[in-house]
Amino acid sequence: MENLITLRNISKIYDLGSVKVPALNEVNLEVAAGEFIAIMGASGSGKSTLMNIIGCLDNPTSGEYYLDGINVDKLNSDQLANIRNKKLGFVFQSFNLLARTSALENVELPLFYNSNINSSKRKHLAQEALDMVNLSDRLDHQPNQLSGGQQQRVAIARALVNEPILLLADEPTGNLDSKTTVEIMKVLQELNQSGRTIILVTHEHDISEYAKRVVELKDGKIIKDHFLKNRRAD
Amino acid sequence: MNYLNSVKIAYRALFKNKTRSFLTMLGIIIGVGSVITMLAIGQGSSDSIKAEISQLGTNVIIVFPTAQQRGGVRSEAGTTQDLTEDHVSEIIAGCPSVRYATPVVYSTGQIIVGGQNWRTQIIGVYADYLKIRNLEVELGSVFSTQDEYRSGKVCLLGKTVSDNLFGEDANPVGQTIRINRIPFKIVGVLEEKGQSMMGQDQDDIIIAPFSTVQKRIRAIDHINMIFISAISENSIDQAIEEIDQVLKTQLKLVQGQEAPYAIRSQSEIVEMFSSTSRIMILLLASIAVISLIVGGIGIMNIMLVSVTERTREIGLRMAVGARKIDILFQFLIEAILLSVLGGIIGIIIGLISSQALSKILNWPTTVTPYSIIISFIFATAVGIFFGWYPARKAAKLHPIEALRYE
Repeated sequence: MENLITLRNISKIYDLGSVKVPALNEVNLEVAAGEFIAIMGASGSGKSTLMNIIGCLDNPTSGEYYLDGINVDKLNSDQLANIRNKKLGFVFQSFNLLARTSALENVELPLFYNSNINSSKRKHLAQEALDMVNLSDRLDHQPNQLSGGQQQRVAIARALVNEPILLLADEPTGNLDSKTTVEIMKVLQELNQSGRTIILVTHEHDISEYAKRVVELKDGKIIKDHFLKNRRAD
Repeated sequence: MNYLNSVKIAYRALFKNKTRSFLTMLGIIIGVGSVITMLAIGQGSSDSIKAEISQLGTNVIIVFPTAQQRGGVRSEAGTTQDLTEDHVSEIIAGCPSVRYATPVVYSTGQIIVGGQNWRTQIIGVYADYLKIRNLEVELGSVFSTQDEYRSGKVCLLGKTVSDNLFGEDANPVGQTIRINRIPFKIVGVLEEKGQSMMGQDQDDIIIAPFSTVQKRIRAIDHINMIFISAISENSIDQAIEEIDQVLKTQLKLVQGQEAPYAIRSQSEIVEMFSSTSRIMILLLASIAVISLIVGGIGIMNIMLVSVTERTREIGLRMAVGARKIDILFQFLIEAILLSVLGGIIGIIIGLISSQALSKILNWPTTVTPYSIIISFIFATAVGIFFGWYPARKAAKLHPIEALRYE
């Protein structure tokens, strides 16, 4: 089976003028469709940089990156924007919902940048996505009328609305209490069970145990890559 | 991303910040409103001056003597005495583009009738003068060519003169008045013309046959002015040329010698007056344009604040697939929307204030469609010009840095 993601000798060096800071050093990683991976590491380990490159938000300094069979490491910013729009979904630590904008419109946002989708289709897809995260009764609520867990579920719906081949979650539970954390992680697990590929970035060991495979980074290198035998499923 | 969506997104963003959006638009509103009002005032005053001058008559050309020059010393305008009645006859005979021409002599005199007296201006002209000036006789009739030949002691009274000597609504036709002790028979009363824009009473006048005024009252040989009407509007320039030719020949002017007369058509007189009002319009309009530019700077300022404030939103939009151009359009459209909405409100306010000025202060104002179109286009251009820099700044953001922005 062909890999969904293939990273070959990916390096990222930040040029700060006088000093060059290597954030990633010759990283190799293969991800198959349907996986649920947690990228672990302390701050400064390079996990955010790796996430940004996988998420097509940044180009690597060197190395090759194939996403869904497309070589994306040489694409320009508009082409990357198109890949993000069609193939990827993002969930952020701070939700990043538009204030004073209804849940439905927040979820519709990625589809605004897809000219193939008209307004009625957009609305329909957004409703379906909110249905998936059990928020069909909160369509008209604005972010400040929703709890933290609900806000993150809206954000997950937004990430799913374009039916991405890969869902990227950057510390999705960082701003949530422990009860809501469990709730959100379960949503992600359910999505993975229904076939969605998920990459999760976290520095918390507990959270990584919800995934099927854990990749640990230190100083820009992968130091550990293993499948979990005892997954959390509480 | 389609453009209708961009407009919707921009509209929503502006609507969320109602107060701020309104204050930002205020600069444009005041700018456009004042452009329209200023142009309306300028246009209105120039229109009323034109209307005023058109009351002179139809296709009028005036020949008047210029300043006398003797041994290098120049006197005031109108002091040369070279123009005579013969020149008028030559103009009538030798200029095919001229319909009517009349010499004009001015005099002032004390008018006495019974126990009343009145001081007024007496002008001596041919009867054709009434046709040139579009004057109508309300009571009685115009004096005849006979009176002209015989220097007949007859006259026409303006309404003001008639009212003051005989009382309102009296019919003085057939009565005799004394002008500087000479008895004149009243043959008619002129139709009322009212006050001119410059406050001059156009009915405070007596018209008498040319020869009568020239010989009996003034006792001079020259004339003060020639009033001419061309056969049509298009032949005015031709007529001026013909008149100039005739006068040059008659006065035996040598090449290069300064003519002792000047020829002015009605349109030139209009031009003279409107050039002063045009300078005023220009001044007013430039002040208004400056306020529009200041309004544009206000938009740029707020848009820059807005871009900084919404850095994370920009980052998010980029993360979910917005291209640079989408972000550029979003902010540019917001700026244009601000200036267009401000422009529309400004036009409405401009229309209202022009109306108010003419109603309350009695200033003549005319709002022309082109002033609306120009100010609207200018406002939109201001939006594009001053919206471009902030929009470009937004589009240049890197998605990762924008998302991380606190």
